[in-house]
Amino acid sequence: MLSRRTKWVLALAAVLVLVATVAGCGGQGGQQPSGGQAELSGNLTVVGSTAMQPLVEQAAAQFMAKNPKAQIVVQGGGSGTGLTQVASGAADIGNSDIFAEEKSGIDASQLVDHKVCVVGMATVVNPGVTVDNLTKQQLVDIFTGKITNWKEVGGPEQKIVVIHRPKGSGTRATFKKFALGGVEDSAPGMEQDSSGTVRKMVAETPGAISYLPLSYIDNSVKALKLDGVEPTVENIVNGKYPVWAYQHMYTKGEPTGLKKAFLDYMLGDEVQGQLIEKMGYIPITKMQVERDAQGNVTKK
Amino acid sequence: MHKEFSPDPDGKKSAGSKKIYRAPDKRNIQGRKRCGEFLGRSAAFLAAALVVALTVSIIYFIGSKGLATFTVHGVRVTEFLFSTQWWPDRPLEEGGPAVGSLTFILGSLLVSLLAVAVSAPLSVIVAVFMVEIAPVWGQRALQPAIEILAGIPSVVYGYVGLSLLVPFIRNYLGGEGFSVLAGFIVLSIMILPTIISVSTDSLRALPPQWKEAALALGSTRWQTIRLVLVPAARSGLITAVVLGLARAFGEALAVQMVIGNTRTIPHSLLEPTITLTSAITMDMGYTIMGSLWNSALWSMGLILLLMSFLFIMVIRVVVRGGMVR
Repeated sequence: MLSRRTKWVLALAAVLVLVATVAGCGGQGGQQPSGGQAELSGNLTVVGSTAMQPLVEQAAAQFMAKNPKAQIVVQGGGSGTGLTQVASGAADIGNSDIFAEEKSGIDASQLVDHKVCVVGMATVVNPGVTVDNLTKQQLVDIFTGKITNWKEVGGPEQKIVVIHRPKGSGTRATFKKFALGGVEDSAPGMEQDSSGTVRKMVAETPGAISYLPLSYIDNSVKALKLDGVEPTVENIVNGKYPVWAYQHMYTKGEPTGLKKAFLDYMLGDEVQGQLIEKMGYIPITKMQVERDAQGNVTKK
Repeated sequence: MHKEFSPDPDGKKSAGSKKIYRAPDKRNIQGRKRCGEFLGRSAAFLAAALVVALTVSIIYFIGSKGLATFTVHGVRVTEFLFSTQWWPDRPLEEGGPAVGSLTFILGSLLVSLLAVAVSAPLSVIVAVFMVEIAPVWGQRALQPAIEILAGIPSVVYGYVGLSLLVPFIRNYLGGEGFSVLAGFIVLSIMILPTIISVSTDSLRALPPQWKEAALALGSTRWQTIRLVLVPAARSGLITAVVLGLARAFGEALAVQMVIGNTRTIPHSLLEPTITLTSAITMDMGYTIMGSLWNSALWSMGLILLLMSFLFIMVIRVVVRGGMVR
């Protein structure tokens, strides 16, 4: 008799745990970090850009190792999600590839921008394509579907297979804005969500063309020059190669407490000097040029 | 739910009132019994209520989000369902934004129907083999094989499809490899376990007398299977196929990896296309909550939900109609 009752109690407990878990999921990020103390403690939710996610995860792990009482949760979800979540107060920090001003539906005046690093992007093609350089106009013609065969740009007689990122992707937005000069990239073509899959597709599909963050480029694909400029870190840093984007971490209002401590850590020597370069990004401190939300580039 | 539980406690309650004048120690036991019963009933009711509440809230959430496309943003339902113009980010001055999702709907229907067309006959044959032709062998070797097939994560199916199937199609059949063909082949393998296990259960549930009677009347094994067992299990088999179809319709990741995701209607099996699920997963992370683009994705989710309602209705009707009395 007792055992049966125990079973019921256990079942009830299980239900309660389930309810608590569900409720707990919704409550994340609601907790405010208790700042201003000597020892850092509290919870921090960082949401957004998948391009930044690996970097922020690594940095958060290092940060937590130093401050054992601080708990930082890093989630992906995309730039749009990051911006909305931070604007609505659901997340403490929102990661984004693009300026908040560029995204409609976001009140950018509430948000404070912290530029953490820079990611460069390059046009990549299948290694079988003999073309090494494309002019901006050729690139526009390819991505709008005007040029459909490699022989039209001095390559072999082969159909061009365009591979896009999804329409809302930060990488696609950056490529469209700075490599195609804002022209709509409407060429019919395949779409893939993740940079890893895009690399695999380009590497294996004859005649394929796409674009990738520099951190994803390896020997399996060929990176093209744009107007004769090679997509290297040096050329991005000195402003010669235009296709790059800031990686932003947005907060709602000026950051305080743990939020401020973590952002300071992201901009500190440990992350800027070592981690960022190790993971294939470009430190913000290295950049010799600056760009505003309208895309105007100035010397620093 | 509540109705099913009520007769039981009522019976025990009356028994309790009869025994209430007996020795006090037994009354104590009765009291404990009743207390346990109350706890159990509450737990069961809570669990059931939680499931109902979850379902209702999910439907409400997807419904309210998905209908916003039509109520808040003023897109016509016919335009959403029957237009192929998908330009959610195009500015107003260039004729946008447009959210016609016909391409996605057609892609989903095409791929899942083809997958079921391949998978259903194969699965029913395997089920018959397992239950009727080689029960021992079927149990020992096929059952675990099917369970493993069911346990492989869909990203693995997708990755195998991407690494083996896509290059194979590109090299031997033509096109870019990423195609409707690759999509439905991957899907048809993924839904095999669903259809096989439900079919097997419905064949096993048949009364053994029917088979014995058929054999006693002089039918061969083949005749028994073809004319008695499979028709008798018809409703179960149709349920299995519809469940497989529902699973195929809802599968996102594996298909997304091999289908190419072009927002165009395919004209051959070797051309790529896109499905509702892959369109949703690719765009969802980048859109702003409440924008037209975001609402349109929720509307596509609503279509998926309505389709699964439809599939469940079909199963209910089939099971009721095919019930053996």
